[in-house]
Amino acid sequence: MENILEVNNLTKHFSGFSLNKISFSLPKGYIMGFIGPNGAGKSTTLKLLLNLLKKDGGEIKIFGLDSVRDQLAIKNRIGFVFDESFYYENLSIDEIIRVISPHYQRWDAQAFKRWMKTFQIHTRQKINEMSKGMKLKLSLAIALSHHAELLIMDEPTAGLDPIVRRDLLDILTGLLQDENMGIFFSTHIVSDLEKIADYITLINQGNIIFSENKDQVLEEFKLVKGEKELLTSAVRAFFIGIRENHFGFEGLLRNPGLLPPELKEHILVERPTLEEIMLYTVKGEDHA
Amino acid sequence: MKIVISNSSSDPIYQQIFNQIQEAIFQGELKEGEALPSIRNLAKDLQISVITTKRAYDDLEHERYIETVPGKGSFIAVQNKELMREKHLRILEDQLTEGIHTAKLLRLNLDELQNMLTLLYEED
Repeated sequence: MENILEVNNLTKHFSGFSLNKISFSLPKGYIMGFIGPNGAGKSTTLKLLLNLLKKDGGEIKIFGLDSVRDQLAIKNRIGFVFDESFYYENLSIDEIIRVISPHYQRWDAQAFKRWMKTFQIHTRQKINEMSKGMKLKLSLAIALSHHAELLIMDEPTAGLDPIVRRDLLDILTGLLQDENMGIFFSTHIVSDLEKIADYITLINQGNIIFSENKDQVLEEFKLVKGEKELLTSAVRAFFIGIRENHFGFEGLLRNPGLLPPELKEHILVERPTLEEIMLYTVKGEDHA
Repeated sequence: MKIVISNSSSDPIYQQIFNQIQEAIFQGELKEGEALPSIRNLAKDLQISVITTKRAYDDLEHERYIETVPGKGSFIAVQNKELMREKHLRILEDQLTEGIHTAKLLRLNLDELQNMLTLLYEED
């Protein structure tokens, strides 16, 4: 499978935080969720993808092109949607479009008009008069009106109501009818967007914990519950993260087949949600 | 064709799709040669990932329920009648075993169970 996005040993150092040789890749035609807690390195990674920050090492390939050397060619083919609107708040949509559209080689004014109609947004409206959901739709419309092949979204669902989130799901799954399209989004709250994700990359403290097929992740990780007496140090070693209370324990592990067989009669094994996987993985690292 | 995805089911989503398409073929709701929605289309309609639908279709193809023609899509395969009967029988055996299990829990003996079966069979 051809990768639309490929990150190899990407490194960036700040005082107090480092992105440590992270690697992951997204094949063409699929959608990847980039999840992790606040301060894990998601925004840094996204800025590096867009070449808004200078990397200290490693490489980023988008459409097989180098993110630094071929920056212009890449930017004409990607669309990005950020949490914060970075358009001048006092301008109307018409005015914004007049400013930004000449920068795109493949700007399609007709397509933009169609999206505005679909989203029921009037282009004479000023940015500061728009709701969060409308701003998101405007960013999406701009990204889609230059026929972006890769959509990069930073926290696209933050602060959106369930109705707009559902609209976003519809738009994204619609886009994925095209096998040449790729979507990469970051999020710190596990929301309904993960339902449609093909791949999940989990980042914590500047390290990639895993980057895999979502179904496989959800199948292999297990949430185990039982009495506290069962938690000998040998048993503890199997777990990625454990939470204890007065009545028992709950812990996350991968491949429960390795647990001692005599234990299995006394425990309850469940399928965790992505949120639980993230919680235990991140917590587990803290007290490891 | 109808497919209902349950979020509270213990079966993974690809398994739910597999089971429901298999069931529809058994019931004759999906007929030989009938076209299935494309993988991407089904993913969109069900609002699930493309990989999940792909897995379900791959499994269905592996079990020879469907055939995929590159560039054309997926179709219900010509079903081998013998094989189909064989599969049905296996499912029936499983269901009966489950019933026997419950009967034993209720301390029903074989005679009582057979009586119950006869009664139900004739009623149907």
